[in-house]
Amino acid sequence: MTDMTTLPGQERYVAPLDETPLQDVDKLDETAPASSMWADAWRTLRRNPMFIISGLLIIFIVIVALFPALFTKQNPNYCTLENSLGPAAAGHPMGFDFQGCDVYTRVVYGTRTSLSVGLCATILVVLLGTIIGAIAGFFGGWIDSVLSRLTDIFLALPILLGAIVVLQMFKTNSSIWKIVLVMALFGWTSTARIARGAVMEAKNLEFNTASTALGSSPMRNLFRHILPNSLAPIIVIGTTSLATYIVLEATLSFLGVGLPSTTVSWGSDISQAQTSLMTNPMVLFYPSAALAITVLSFIMMGDAVKDALDPKSRTL
Amino acid sequence: MKNKALTVAAVVCAAAMMLSGCGSSSSSSDSNIITAYNSEPQKNLIPSNINETGGGKPADLLFARLVSFDAKGNPSNEIADSITPNGDATQYTIKIKDWKFANGQTVKAENFTKAWSYAANAKNAMICSSFFNTIAGYDDLQKTSGLKGTEQLSGLKVVDDKTFTVTLSQPDSVFPLKVGYTAFAPLPDSFFKDAASAKAFGQNPKDGCTGPYVFDHWDHNKEIAMLKNADYNGSRKAQNDGVTFKVYTSDTAAYADVQAGNLDVMEAVPAAQTKTFEKDAKVQAYNKAGSVIQTFTIPASLEHFQTNTEEGQLRRQAVSMAIDRSAITDKVLSGTGTPTLDFTSPMTPGYSKSLKGNEVLKYNKAKAKELWAKADAISKFSGKLTFSYNADGGHESIYKAIVNSINNTLGSEVAATNPMPTFNEFRDAVTNRKIAGAFRTGWQPDYPSAENYLFQIFDSKAADGNGSNDGDYKNAEFDALLAKAYATTDTDEANKLYQQSEEILLKELPAFPVYNANAYGVASKNVKSGFAMNWQNLPTYEKMTKK
Amino acid sequence: MGKYLLRRVLQVIPVVLGTTLLVYALVFALPGDPVKAMFGDKPVNPAVAAQIRAEYNLDKPFIVQYFIFLKNALTLDFGKTFSGQLVIDEIGRAFPITIRLALMAFVFEAVFGIIFGVISGLKKGKWYDTVILIVSLLLISVPTFVTGFLGQYLFGIKWSILPVTAGNDPTFIDLLLPAMVLGSVSMAYIIRLTRSEISSNIAEDYVRTARAKGMSNRQVMLRHVLRNSLIPVVTYLGQDIAALMGGAMISETIFNIHGVGWLTYQSILKGEGNLVVSIVTLLMLIFVVCNLIVDLLYAALDPRIRYA
Repeated sequence: MTDMTTLPGQERYVAPLDETPLQDVDKLDETAPASSMWADAWRTLRRNPMFIISGLLIIFIVIVALFPALFTKQNPNYCTLENSLGPAAAGHPMGFDFQGCDVYTRVVYGTRTSLSVGLCATILVVLLGTIIGAIAGFFGGWIDSVLSRLTDIFLALPILLGAIVVLQMFKTNSSIWKIVLVMALFGWTSTARIARGAVMEAKNLEFNTASTALGSSPMRNLFRHILPNSLAPIIVIGTTSLATYIVLEATLSFLGVGLPSTTVSWGSDISQAQTSLMTNPMVLFYPSAALAITVLSFIMMGDAVKDALDPKSRTL
Repeated sequence: MKNKALTVAAVVCAAAMMLSGCGSSSSSSDSNIITAYNSEPQKNLIPSNINETGGGKPADLLFARLVSFDAKGNPSNEIADSITPNGDATQYTIKIKDWKFANGQTVKAENFTKAWSYAANAKNAMICSSFFNTIAGYDDLQKTSGLKGTEQLSGLKVVDDKTFTVTLSQPDSVFPLKVGYTAFAPLPDSFFKDAASAKAFGQNPKDGCTGPYVFDHWDHNKEIAMLKNADYNGSRKAQNDGVTFKVYTSDTAAYADVQAGNLDVMEAVPAAQTKTFEKDAKVQAYNKAGSVIQTFTIPASLEHFQTNTEEGQLRRQAVSMAIDRSAITDKVLSGTGTPTLDFTSPMTPGYSKSLKGNEVLKYNKAKAKELWAKADAISKFSGKLTFSYNADGGHESIYKAIVNSINNTLGSEVAATNPMPTFNEFRDAVTNRKIAGAFRTGWQPDYPSAENYLFQIFDSKAADGNGSNDGDYKNAEFDALLAKAYATTDTDEANKLYQQSEEILLKELPAFPVYNANAYGVASKNVKSGFAMNWQNLPTYEKMTKK
Repeated sequence: MGKYLLRRVLQVIPVVLGTTLLVYALVFALPGDPVKAMFGDKPVNPAVAAQIRAEYNLDKPFIVQYFIFLKNALTLDFGKTFSGQLVIDEIGRAFPITIRLALMAFVFEAVFGIIFGVISGLKKGKWYDTVILIVSLLLISVPTFVTGFLGQYLFGIKWSILPVTAGNDPTFIDLLLPAMVLGSVSMAYIIRLTRSEISSNIAEDYVRTARAKGMSNRQVMLRHVLRNSLIPVVTYLGQDIAALMGGAMISETIFNIHGVGWLTYQSILKGEGNLVVSIVTLLMLIFVVCNLIVDLLYAALDPRIRYA
């Protein structure tokens, strides 16, 4: 439905076909610049200290998540009230929490859960949201109407209501997937709205007009040209929402619809530590700091990637 | 120099007061109206339709009953002139004093009999209807169809304006205490005119007020206000001009308001403050032994945990002795609870610290291990004992600690928590007997008697959905002791029987006492005197004054 | 344009039907039995429970309940709560407060979010860009219940600058702190979004062209860069205003505000079907209106976007 003559807002002069050897231009346009865009980005990234620092941090966090036993010999679920809110001691560098669990061990073991919840939810949300939003923004018309109204419905649903019901349906299965599912189900809407806006903006830019003029198909336009050019706000929202999902897991645990209590996570530790905030703020500080550092690494990485993909913003 | 500093301070204070829109705090310190922490009543203000504290706290102050209790729980006649049982406690003759409703009408015997019949009649859908189930004729009013709502309990007979008799379907020596519960309050003639007048009463019960206060207004989700009842002649005479119950979204917000002097009293302390509230210079604190008992129950017939098999009893004792109760009350509750030694509370008549067999309620790591191993020798338990509770009630830290304590003693994979998001879901699972593991139970007494703690939770007549015996515990010996206690009108004798029955419970552990919640709370610095808590863990509102 | 508007308005009908059905189904699927829970820990009297179920149609199949609700809703009767209050009254009490709170939070996050975002985006890499990044990061990674609690303690109790709680009939000052807490997370998002958009738009050709034409820096920023950077920001803000109304549960609870977030939370816990459905439908209508405004703003911000 979107061809070169009916593209909305397009009133520019298009050179008649016989004046320009179309096939030649198309060939040039297709292979060389596309591959050089990613290569270019990689070259830029390698020289960006922000990318290197965040990359190293993320590698470290992933190693902690994969092999927590390398960093501590203790059992994160061994908690005894004798140690409740005890100060740091030999072998317990961060002290003990309210239930008398070793904070350091729990921070280490919580990495895996929190990182997987955050990453899985973010990836799912970004994928789902971007696809739905991009399709709505690009095609417009009734597709946009249907998808946008679906977004409206989901935006209005209280996540707590959905969480209780969804988690109830999978009561027996205690993996993190149901939490991720709930988050994705209720989270995709905001990314979809952002992606839709960005795509609507990008599809009117000159390069799209140009590639349409050069005979590129709408789908190809969307995925090769428009989406990469709309990625900036999506990456920003995506990397930022990583934190939101880790924190949301805390809120859900707090409301009793979170992960099973034997699963160690930063989120549930943060919500537990809230009661000790006045007397022992450090118990809250450590898991929050771990969360903040993780989020910071991903935000820095996101910024670096976004800058590399969008050469214009580097020039200043 | 000093003066200058004072001026600056005064200006800053004035600015801060202007900013904070000081209207509320100035009015609350000038007047002698006590503002109190509350939640929105679940239903309305008809006394027999109230079974939770949101409505219960206001109702207790608005409606006088036949008997009232002092702060310690000692009963004395209020509207009643006398309550006389027959020999086996199956019939009572009740004479009443001269008493007036707030609308001027005299309280007659009929106002009691009609109110009780209204409450018992299923057509009227009163939440507290089962309180009347020992009165003769109760069963006739439980039909699901054909009732008009005006049928009367056949066991209630009006003799004259000041006298009525109550015939019970079974002996009940605690009946004179039961009638002190709010559901037994008399209702005025205007209440019974028609369905609409009853409904209006639920929203504005001013006409029927007989207690130390008279209803003033109810702003839903905001506040219920009441003023001192000048005509009240009972033992709970108000020392202030009124009480306004304010609806709070959380105890944290309320505590902050008490600190700031915007709220006068609350009978709770948020978890984040339990460690510090007694040292908090911004509030007055109260913390003494209370009447609420917190327990958990393992269904009597749960496999490996049966109350009537040797293996089950060993396991129950092992679990109980694996719990470090004093560590829980010290660390988790910061001293706002007391480890239990029986199945009632230190505020209950007949409470004993020296019941035979109460060592199973004491932490004993070695013994617990030994008993568990013995049980395993009979039949190996390889599953997990789950602990269910509702996550919206603030029980999480207690159950985490219980589970940790058990796992640290009996092996790391024995117990696990199983939170349920809402009270609705939790109660549904309990009443439908869907929980194959331990679940949270607890009891706040309706009237100060050991009977209230024992019969409702452990008697076979209260099992299978007929009472609060949610573990379906059945023991004929226990039932017989309670029946004997019901038939004796000698309180001391009855208390001895209750203690004997508790010794059976200690052996079989149908439920596991964990701690008695203290009566604890805070009042603002505006309150000058009278701040204390009563046997129901509630503030003595009528005694408080700001002058 | 008129036709476009009419089409959007007509689309509301299926959306309302879809939302109500979905929410009604979700509430129906909530585990637990609200009638049993009314009896607390006490035994359930089956005869009384049956009376209450009949009164609220809870004894009928799901789809019948839904149609009864719809039929009554057509006559603006949204049913009553389990305490006998009209749903419409409950909402009428809660909404005005929440609208005030949400608008204040909205203004707070929009103004400060955009200002800090612009500063950050223009001066990327400078020390204050880093400070803004870290502060916004903290706001995101510390849960609201912690920021709210700390704010209440510091501003309200320790320093007595702002009221500790809002209470009944809150004033502007009463709602200031709750609004800031409520808007803080979204503000952090807006800072991040604005920063990224500004920094990428500032390098666009049209900016150079405008500068080359001799336009003042201020004009370039206002007329071109800012305007072009606002599309994702406006999108985010547009959906956030309704999210602020429904999602204020935690700040409303901390600051004792009897608003929609708290009411929704309570009614979900109690299984108050009629109330939940009515609130969510109302919120959804607000979303629809906000999204319509956002879509119209797109056209104003970017003349190339047109609606037929």
